[in-house]
Amino acid sequence: MSNPVLVYVDHFQGQPLGASWEAMGVGRALADQLGGGLAALVLGEGIEPIASQALAYGADEVLLGDSPALRDFRPELFATVVSNVVREARAEILLFPTNGRTRELAGEVAVDLETGVIPDVIEYAAEGGSIVATRPIYAGKLLAREVIRQQRPQILTLRGRAFPMPQADPSRSGTVTSLVVSGEAVTEVLGYTEAGGGASLSDANIIVSGGRGVANNPAITPPADVADEKAAEIWRAQQGFRMLGELAAALGAALGASRAAVDAGYIPYVHQVGQTGKVVSPNLYIACGISGAIQHLAGMRTAKTVVAINKDPEAPIFKLARFGVVGDLHQLVPALTQAFRERLGRN
Amino acid sequence: MNIVVCVKQTPDTAATVSVENGVVTWGEAPLVLNPWDEYAVEEALRIKEAHGGKVTAISLGSEGAREALKQALAMGCDEGVLISDADFGGVDSLVASQALAAAIQKLDGIDLALFGRQAVDSDTGLTGAQVARRLGWPSLSLVSAITELDPAGRSITVQRMLEEGRQIVRSPLPAAMSVVKEINEPRYPSFMGIRKASRAEIPIWTASDLGDVGQAAVSWAEIIPPPRLETRCEFIDGASPQEIAGRLVDRLVEEKVI
Repeated sequence: MSNPVLVYVDHFQGQPLGASWEAMGVGRALADQLGGGLAALVLGEGIEPIASQALAYGADEVLLGDSPALRDFRPELFATVVSNVVREARAEILLFPTNGRTRELAGEVAVDLETGVIPDVIEYAAEGGSIVATRPIYAGKLLAREVIRQQRPQILTLRGRAFPMPQADPSRSGTVTSLVVSGEAVTEVLGYTEAGGGASLSDANIIVSGGRGVANNPAITPPADVADEKAAEIWRAQQGFRMLGELAAALGAALGASRAAVDAGYIPYVHQVGQTGKVVSPNLYIACGISGAIQHLAGMRTAKTVVAINKDPEAPIFKLARFGVVGDLHQLVPALTQAFRERLGRN
Repeated sequence: MNIVVCVKQTPDTAATVSVENGVVTWGEAPLVLNPWDEYAVEEALRIKEAHGGKVTAISLGSEGAREALKQALAMGCDEGVLISDADFGGVDSLVASQALAAAIQKLDGIDLALFGRQAVDSDTGLTGAQVARRLGWPSLSLVSAITELDPAGRSITVQRMLEEGRQIVRSPLPAAMSVVKEINEPRYPSFMGIRKASRAEIPIWTASDLGDVGQAAVSWAEIIPPPRLETRCEFIDGASPQEIAGRLVDRLVEEKVI
């Protein structure tokens, strides 16, 4: 059977990303529409367990490149392997989950195959033999519907959490084909360090996020060795973000921040949500002391439910919020942490 | 170190963009140097200051993109090149990367090509890696720090920001690299820089100067505003923070949010 649809199963050190299986769900639906099979492509070292998962999530065939050369992601080598597989399989459609690695990989493969990439897709429709894919532009202030009419394969990267997670069926079976890996890597991965950002914003189900208002707690007094006003402000903000961190921990949430808070030095950039930070779409976004600048709203407007806590009832963030509280976050957040702990502890 | 920095002109991020008759507009908002590219320009200048050499800014765009190049020159880039041609009307990253790679080859002897992580208008984030592939150079994307640069040994070591943490990668030169905001704090143009930029001659390279440039693969079928989101906000009130918090949690549970 030919496999017109190919899904690249991205993983980090053997842990497949949820978005890889979401892409598999889309791939399965497209393959069924085309009346063909679905192949999964897995590259790495010691990644055989992912192959059986890929079958459970809907693949008919798994193409497995298991080699010490593929232990670390290196685009120049991975792109060569993917391009060769796609040429051989004559795939019509190549899907990736979206992240930093796969944007690079999809772009390089597209150059090899002289075709197009539609990145960060949130919706699609099959129309007249081509996929019309919708993706956010201007950080989501607009949506573009894009199409690759002539060239094949059509390469799409799918935004995480934009498509449903398919149900795994461990009884599904299929073939696993080992790939002979050829190609050369010129870069060398020397190691990894922690980002230090706690739970990852990009695939967080819940995000607790803070803005300038987090520093605004006159009730606490900085220690005597905090010299000037700026240092005192940062000290207050850090206490505030620690408090938000406790709420996040109670919810198993990731910690976010507005650009204003990052620029003021309250919290590192890895936490920034917005047009020049991360674009996120959690189920629940709790915005604390964030007024809602247009660049921030662009980064979180696709959150399913927004809760806003702000002193200013006119703050633009309330326009996106499903629930709002006008008040002092320094009193509300600890109360909320306590309430969630009690509620979630009982369940 | 001979460095190229590829920049784009985009609307300001504070702009309210909308779509009228299928065309994107941003009202009176100014066009600026793509904010992400400022970090690439700054990093190029820092490398030049540490190791000597020359920084050339390249932009693909309409005649107006000259202003983005002037901004890069005012910050301290030595030269600018505008790639502009009616043929580049509806380019996608596949064609843009071809034109930029050809320009880099034409400049000759380039050690490093720098890019911002993505343009704030089209948001594709593909061009840097695609230029690298076209040149046969390694791609180092989302770099948050250069930890070692050895021009004589033809080697660079960087930290890349992945979702899962930072990856430390050593690469030979020449290489192409996209940078993230964490890498530096871009400088403001100096008065002298602005004067120099205003007098600078910026050559235009057309498609015919760059050899064969292909056809775009991706076309825009339609640009639409995002669906209107529910705007009715339910304000929660109460006698004490505890009461408000309790009610809010009740509502979130009732609505099956948690």
